[in-house]
Amino acid sequence: MEDCLAKKMEITVSEAEKRTGRNAMNMQETYTAYLIETRAVESQIEGQCAPVDSLWRRYSEFELLRNYLSVTYPHIVVPPLPEKRADFVWHKLSADNMDPDFVERRRIGLENFLLRVASHPVLCQDKIFYSFLTQEGGWKEMVNETGFQLKADSRLKALNATFRVKNPDKRFTELKHYSDELQSVISHLLRVRARVADRLYGVYKVHGNYGRVFSEWSAIEKEMGDGLQSAGHHMDVYAASIDDILEEEEHYADQLKEYLFYAEALRAVCRKHELMQYDLEMAAQDLTSKKQQCEELATGTVRTFSLKGMTSKLFGQETPEQREAKIKVLEEQIQEGEEQLKSKNLEGRDFVKSAWADIERFKEQKNHDLKEALISYAVMQISMCKKGIQVWTNAKECFSKM
Amino acid sequence: DTSLAEVNSFSPSMPISPSSMINQYKFEDEPELRDLFITVDDPESHITAIETFITYRVVTKTSRGEFDSSEYEVRRRYQDFLWLKSKLEEAHPTLIIPPLPEKFIMKGMVERFSDEFIETRRKALHKFLNRIADHPTLTFNEDFKIFLTAQAWELSSHKKQGPGLLSRMGQTVRAVASSVRGGVKNRPEMFTEMNDYMETFSQKINVLDKIAHRIYKEEREYFNEMKEYGPIHTLWSASEEDIADSLKGVASCIDKCCKATEKRMAGLSENLLPILHEYVLYSEILMGVFKRRDQIQGELDAKVDALAHKKTEKDLFSEEIGKLEDKVECANNALKADWDRWKQNMQCDMRSTFTNVAENNLRYYEECLATWESFLASQTVDLHVEEDSEDRP
Repeated sequence: MEDCLAKKMEITVSEAEKRTGRNAMNMQETYTAYLIETRAVESQIEGQCAPVDSLWRRYSEFELLRNYLSVTYPHIVVPPLPEKRADFVWHKLSADNMDPDFVERRRIGLENFLLRVASHPVLCQDKIFYSFLTQEGGWKEMVNETGFQLKADSRLKALNATFRVKNPDKRFTELKHYSDELQSVISHLLRVRARVADRLYGVYKVHGNYGRVFSEWSAIEKEMGDGLQSAGHHMDVYAASIDDILEEEEHYADQLKEYLFYAEALRAVCRKHELMQYDLEMAAQDLTSKKQQCEELATGTVRTFSLKGMTSKLFGQETPEQREAKIKVLEEQIQEGEEQLKSKNLEGRDFVKSAWADIERFKEQKNHDLKEALISYAVMQISMCKKGIQVWTNAKECFSKM
Repeated sequence: DTSLAEVNSFSPSMPISPSSMINQYKFEDEPELRDLFITVDDPESHITAIETFITYRVVTKTSRGEFDSSEYEVRRRYQDFLWLKSKLEEAHPTLIIPPLPEKFIMKGMVERFSDEFIETRRKALHKFLNRIADHPTLTFNEDFKIFLTAQAWELSSHKKQGPGLLSRMGQTVRAVASSVRGGVKNRPEMFTEMNDYMETFSQKINVLDKIAHRIYKEEREYFNEMKEYGPIHTLWSASEEDIADSLKGVASCIDKCCKATEKRMAGLSENLLPILHEYVLYSEILMGVFKRRDQIQGELDAKVDALAHKKTEKDLFSEEIGKLEDKVECANNALKADWDRWKQNMQCDMRSTFTNVAENNLRYYEECLATWESFLASQTVDLHVEEDSEDRP
């Protein structure tokens, strides 16, 4: 962790700006650009203030970075990006990507993403990541030049592997179930939370109606007037207080959302394992069948039904020379296959080892973060209750003076 | 003093809730001298060939001399209450007769004979009779006494006497007509002020009634969502190890807050909503009382105008006018006194009701605060334990 980039460099996403430009199809588009500021930490210790470097990036570039990292480090649980579109909104919040509140929360989410990558022992050393932070021009070309897209596994291949793999590591199967459960339970929680927020908003805001009526009523009362008027004021305060409360809660929801998206990153690692394992199983199967074929040709016995065997029966036997040639080819293939199998095995074991190490690291991070999030939620509730107590204590005093 | 002794022998087994007892005392002018205790309870359904209706048990305990017995139990239906109200209005046109619950409730999903409807009505009928019992004049009304004491057949026969429905309707029509015609002309300043006050008050109380219902509705919707919120955390805890306890703790807090919010709702529906509704009805009643006063004044004014054009029979007219002047003076005095009393009671009711609303909310927030604080304490204790165990080699 001593080498981790986050310790050497201060990284912030400090601003967001609306831009217009032309997209790939030469059509005008509006998008938001984010300002990434970096500053070396070391010089600060000496009492000097290091200069701030900055550059602008848009969301799609963040996406490109993340895709590159996912493909290049498939054994790592790569931190997720904040959501592309506003989801789990309750009615007050806008689902519009250009809405300033959404942009602000996304800014924070992007900063969080960069900090997570920068504090990851493996990812922080990546050169492309470093250039993302420091090199404005030509970064996209640099990424594409790595050819990472070619390394990406096709979705179809991955799906196929998931269905057909026979002996995946049990821990990964369990992890996959866990990530499914995590995703399902967090989405459910976020959906209900949004509805609860909506309702809470309604309760508070309706109390705001008291203010005006009390004020108008107090005009015709002599003794009751003052009490009504001041009580009305407190009702207005009460109604207004919900806006800040719910805004704070939105940050809590964002913390949960990060782990909702992390579930997908976990699944990606599991998928990679399944793919590798399936590949290994296929290679082993292929090797076995080649060995068998070889044996059959050598001994002349046909142990298993094969189309080749049938055709040779139909169209006549081969000559001994032809058979020899075939056996030779097969023996070469078998030798290649055995080497490949050995290296695939090794690869697979390395993958499992390093992936599992990162998964353990992730689990600790997740437990720590979620526990903190729950504590911060309790703190928010406590603050809301205290505010409520204050307002209603004041209101009670006004009412009792009526 | 025998009356006080009998008041003290008031049986504690009467089926009233403590809060309604307090309510009875709240609008009492002199609680120590109360000698008439009325409860309305035990709704029962009656099915005949023609109709289905509900009767309520009315129990009266009294130490008053003019009552033959000290305890009465009768059954009354809504119609009987309507009858009583109209008799009181007839006998005291410019007194403020307490409101009866409405015949039906148009809005809302309450069915005619649903338990909720019956209970709301029962409480309102109970309030109605007690408000009359507390009224310095109405409490001694003969029809009131008959209502409380007569058996069913006695009441029926008594009801058949006196002016019928049509003549009562005629009275109201004449009252409205005359107020449109003339009573407003010579109306004393005081009553115009009352009228203006009442117009504004009526508006405001109607709006408040709507606001209170909106708040209740929003709180109920919030409660419904909260019911689902806690259990999700419990479900989540089943897939976790390290954070399972924290999740269960949050689930438990949310469930407790959910119960607290249910209590808050109940407080609203038991207190604020019925009181606001009663005063909505009161505002209508008061407008009617003002009209009746105007009508009585109008009769006098009409006669006075007629006298101005009369040449003969002046003496006879003067006598009539004298009687009408007395009538107007009585009506005005009665109304003025009752108005002052009503205003005081209203102020008292509003003060205690809204204070109660505030207390309700305070209780709610204090309960929730305690719940979350104890959760927080449990979490930070865990953190310290974790830190300690990390220090160990």
